[in-house]
Amino acid sequence: MLKVIYKLEDDISTDIIYPGRYMATVLPTETPQYAFDDMKDLNQLLNGKSTDEQSIIVAGNNFGCGSSREQAASTLVGHNVIIIAKDFARIFLQNAINLGLRTIICPDIEAVAGDVLEIHDDKVVNQTRGTTHPIIPLPEARRAIVEAGGLIPYTRLKLKQKLGIS
Amino acid sequence: MKQTVVRKILAKAVGQSQVNVGDVIEPQVDLAMSHENAALVMNQFFEIYSGLNAEPKVWDPNRISIILDHRVPAESKKTATNQKKIREFVAEQGIAKFHDIRGDEGGICHQILPEMGYVLPGYVVVGTDSHTTTHGALGAFSFGIGATEMASVWALGHVLNVEVPDTIKVIIDGEMQKFVSAKDIILHLIGKISAQGANFKVLEFHGSTISAMDTSGRLTISNMSVEAGATSGIIPADNETLRYLREVAGFTGAFEPVLPDNDAEYCQTVHIDVSKLEPQIACPHTVDNVKSVSEVEGTRIHQVVIGSCTNGRLDDIKIAADLLRGQKVSKNVRMLVFPASSRIYREALELGYVADLMNAGAVVMNSGCGPCLGVHQGALGDGEVALATTNRNFKGRMGNPVAEVYLSSPAVAAVSAITGVITNPIKGGY
Ligand code: SF4
Repeated sequence: MLKVIYKLEDDISTDIIYPGRYMATVLPTETPQYAFDDMKDLNQLLNGKSTDEQSIIVAGNNFGCGSSREQAASTLVGHNVIIIAKDFARIFLQNAINLGLRTIICPDIEAVAGDVLEIHDDKVVNQTRGTTHPIIPLPEARRAIVEAGGLIPYTRLKLKQKLGIS
Repeated sequence: MKQTVVRKILAKAVGQSQVNVGDVIEPQVDLAMSHENAALVMNQFFEIYSGLNAEPKVWDPNRISIILDHRVPAESKKTATNQKKIREFVAEQGIAKFHDIRGDEGGICHQILPEMGYVLPGYVVVGTDSHTTTHGALGAFSFGIGATEMASVWALGHVLNVEVPDTIKVIIDGEMQKFVSAKDIILHLIGKISAQGANFKVLEFHGSTISAMDTSGRLTISNMSVEAGATSGIIPADNETLRYLREVAGFTGAFEPVLPDNDAEYCQTVHIDVSKLEPQIACPHTVDNVKSVSEVEGTRIHQVVIGSCTNGRLDDIKIAADLLRGQKVSKNVRMLVFPASSRIYREALELGYVADLMNAGAVVMNSGCGPCLGVHQGALGDGEVALATTNRNFKGRMGNPVAEVYLSSPAVAAVSAITGVITNPIKGGY
């Protein structure tokens, strides 16, 4: 059971998740401090919370629209959050999977900050409200990357085959 | 049979006669482009090689392009150091299609690729930039990817796990009125189908208006296809593509255009008649918040920006210069012009456009992304309003979350710079 710490609206762009002015910061270990830097309440919430505990941010449609900047995914990986959205923008979703950010597509998710959710393979149960919301599963191709632990280890496997090394 | 352009290109890229929507494939890449975020790609690339008993070596240095454009010249020591590391990597790996900060061959990545002839019809192009959709204007399947995915391409030469996308057919017919341009068409389309109307899909453009349009306008349309969520915006290659590649890009070799089958299967068809279309404008803070210019006429503006990979080409600058010649930019407005490439800048100088713009009060800056992403130059003050020919108006774009950005064509932007308020050039007697 995990707690929702924040509820976001539709069309949250990568400019909001990770403002362009921090794009010169590239290392995944250095990006988390700037998450949602223009939404001070959320930025402070994330930077103030312990990363030992996993928590949930709920979003609407088209989460992660806009630029291809991968920092928008790495900044959230660093805070140990799961993003449950009605729908994600393509490049963001791909980046999230490549970097191991857990993203859940749940078209009719209803939850606000403070709600407690249970995440199953095929559904999200909102314990606080007693409602159930089906999940759209990740396509198999993407699951292979998740199972390999992200795109870097997955590519390493392929590269070994290509170079003929074990 | 029944194949759309993207399906045909992808089939070729995996050496099959056909692929189907939803198939998961690993297509070979013809061109892989990055800008300053190559610094992150490099980091991830070395990460892939870590622990392997092999020298890190990119799959093909001739098929990788790196262009420094986002923060040029560097605004901070951090950026400067990233750029320095990129130069060292380029030299080590022998990356051929590298464009540094230069007055002879620099510029914005999405302008450099087409004008250098790096993209050909039928290519699979990936770029670590969402506006990589731009190169679909030359009949390529061109799409944005993240930095780690690019590191994987640098290592392997193909993209892992691409799902063959569905295609929306967009048919654009009719003759545009004076002062209506490609930018107005694509803004209108985004307003109509919404910012996620083409998410995970490809837009394939057809119709008499597209046939009659030059490559510069087509690049604008493909560039902004991503603002409707599209993976790519493809315009099948035709005689105009051939003309552009020969006359502008200086390409002399041969290529085979990829055309859709007559019975190609589309998931949706959208028709647009542009003969009565007015100039369009995207209002804050989403690109699909599109209105006719007359609905927002009179809105006070503080900064006008003409440039970017969307509308920073020679014809865009000409439109602005023609409108501003002998006129003055309003005392209440700062007008910033940034040509999309050094080549365009030089041509604009030779043709006298730069003098026209400067005499009117505009500042003409070096080629690059500049205020478009608002990290480097031209940030807005609290509560200020900008009118820009760029492609995004999200909160925080142009450097300030408590400022507003409107998006329009160069004609609307130039006329509004004179009046100091959003102005419809059709009614303005221009
Ligand atoms: S001009 Fe703007 S949209 Fe184009 S590549 Fe640069 S930052 Fe991106």
